[in-house]
Amino acid sequence: MLVECKNLCKTFGETIALNNINLNIERGKIIGLLGPNGSGKTTLIKILSGLLTKSSGEVTISEKEIGIETKKIVSYLPERTYLSEWMTVKQAVDFFKDFYEDFSEEIAYSMLERLNIKRGDRLKTMSKGTKEKVQLILVMSRDAELFLLDEPIAGVDPAARDYIIKTIIGNYNENASVIISTHLISDVENVLDEVIMIKYGCLVMHKTVDEIREEHGKSVDGLFREVFAC
Amino acid sequence: MPWNFDSSTPIYLQIMEQIKFRIAVGDYKAGDKLDSVRDLASEAEVNPNTMQKALSELEREGLLFTQRTSGRFITENSETITELRRRLADEQLDLFLKKMYNLGYNNKEVVKLLEDYIRGEEQK
Repeated sequence: MLVECKNLCKTFGETIALNNINLNIERGKIIGLLGPNGSGKTTLIKILSGLLTKSSGEVTISEKEIGIETKKIVSYLPERTYLSEWMTVKQAVDFFKDFYEDFSEEIAYSMLERLNIKRGDRLKTMSKGTKEKVQLILVMSRDAELFLLDEPIAGVDPAARDYIIKTIIGNYNENASVIISTHLISDVENVLDEVIMIKYGCLVMHKTVDEIREEHGKSVDGLFREVFAC
Repeated sequence: MPWNFDSSTPIYLQIMEQIKFRIAVGDYKAGDKLDSVRDLASEAEVNPNTMQKALSELEREGLLFTQRTSGRFITENSETITELRRRLADEQLDLFLKKMYNLGYNNKEVVKLLEDYIRGEEQK
């Protein structure tokens, strides 16, 4: 099992962000982490990436407690960019190369070249969509075991969205899993194996997309609207 | 031909249907080599495991076969393809007939209507 959460809880003062999450994730899957705003998606992702610590319960990645060893095998795309505006593409690539042993410069540059992004281009001069693509390329150029993509398609145009989806499919490997958090379900539905739905910090569903369609006769998007109807 | 998916049935079933259609109309010919799972998944923008499942099912049905080192191919058995085409035609006829019955026509009237319609089309 790649990821195991047992009775995982996270509280911020009085607020319960994650409430007793029990979750197993296998290798070789592309998984949608779905839930309305404020449901705990980003909290869960940040715990898996080691940016937040759990309040109680257990969580392991590849049988290891969260820490330096798991950071080596987890590649995380945050909601907001953490690359500095003054950087050139080459500086950003070097930054990743310094940080991560499993980062492949060749893969990164070949993907960047395909998008006509040059080594000397500055992040400052790029559009929002291009910057997001650069960041995704850096994150996907690692030979990690778990990829955590927090809202990778929010706020990009449809062409950029297609590019991101194709990149995720193109980088598929059966030893690694990808968790994509989003509320734009219909955009990613066809690339998912499984979906995890959370609501008010509780896990309400963990099923394969085929199961959802077979049992409910509707799309994940349709079921989501039903489960989370206001 | 682009891939199109609706939202109510599992994607792998829809991929199977669409590949069958491509075989029946000759877009894929007997013995043609299929692209890799990854390329097909990327083209259709679907999960690679889903594409893999659809192709394995088609293989079980005898429409595809795998050569261990060189990839996946469309069946070379022309009878299988003829049968497939026939089965797809039957499905369409079935749908058509059901709709005609709903409109209140009986078998005899349906045949007459269809004959007249085809004659009309031919004269166009």
